[in-house]
Amino acid sequence: MKIRVHVSLKPGVLDPQGRAVHHALEGLGFEGVEDVRVGRSIELDVADNTSDAALTDMCEKLLANTVIENYRIEKVG
Amino acid sequence: MPLRAAVITFPGSNCDRDMAVAIERVTGTAPLRVWHADAELPERLDFIALPGGFSYGDYLRSGAMAANSPVMRGVKQHAERGVPVLGVCNGFQVLTEAGLLPGALMRNASQNFICRTVPLKVENSTSLFTAGFASGQTIDIPVAHHDGNYFADEDTLDRLEGEGRVAFRYVENCNGSRRDIAGVLNAAGNVLGMMPHPERAVDPAHGGTDGLALFENALRSLADA
Repeated sequence: MKIRVHVSLKPGVLDPQGRAVHHALEGLGFEGVEDVRVGRSIELDVADNTSDAALTDMCEKLLANTVIENYRIEKVG
Repeated sequence: MPLRAAVITFPGSNCDRDMAVAIERVTGTAPLRVWHADAELPERLDFIALPGGFSYGDYLRSGAMAANSPVMRGVKQHAERGVPVLGVCNGFQVLTEAGLLPGALMRNASQNFICRTVPLKVENSTSLFTAGFASGQTIDIPVAHHDGNYFADEDTLDRLEGEGRVAFRYVENCNGSRRDIAGVLNAAGNVLGMMPHPERAVDPAHGGTDGLALFENALRSLADA
């Protein structure tokens, strides 16, 4: 089973990386970019019987730092 | 009995030797050097240091992989028993990732790696680590980090301040840290995490010796105990 975990900074947490990318986009002449937030996606290939609880546990314990990040688990197929 | 200190080395740690030298300078005995894969720590340890560096190449998040390495189970157990644990720079990141200290260390607000000596204000001079300083004293300690921007939610920050757990603040905020926080203590006061490097300020040849009092106070009070 293919899983994609999307990790993003929580709203309100300053994202210096996103800000720098935003700046760079403006520098390239792209207009109308209101905001940029940089996250990461992690692809997992897990056994088909892996439970949702186990996936959540993986996110909570390692893949995301819930102090500053939100995560979303997507089952790709 | 001589004081038994340990310095933990992860793959990518690079301040472990400096930390060991700083400890030995005060105790006269070389600390035990422990490799991250060692699942067992000695039963009796008086002091544990997590050094700076880039453990596991900062993969995933700074300190995240190290926080889950085998040796950290033992570090947690010792910390819960009250053994003093000092985490500097990457060591601080490891302690927050391991849940031994609240908050998280994010990319510096400037996006720049900062490497210079900065003034710190000693906020709490009653802890094991900071009792060698005067409250409000300013000390000069080097910083060298990319991810030193301390973040915690407002409630946590209020609680840390209310409980006197902010050990050090930057006199001039160099990395975007919430409320200028440079170092925090756990609730019991036996775990200190700080981004600045006191072990790089223990010899006149370093350009300053303001870090020495931290090691002297923490280690000598243990030796006397």
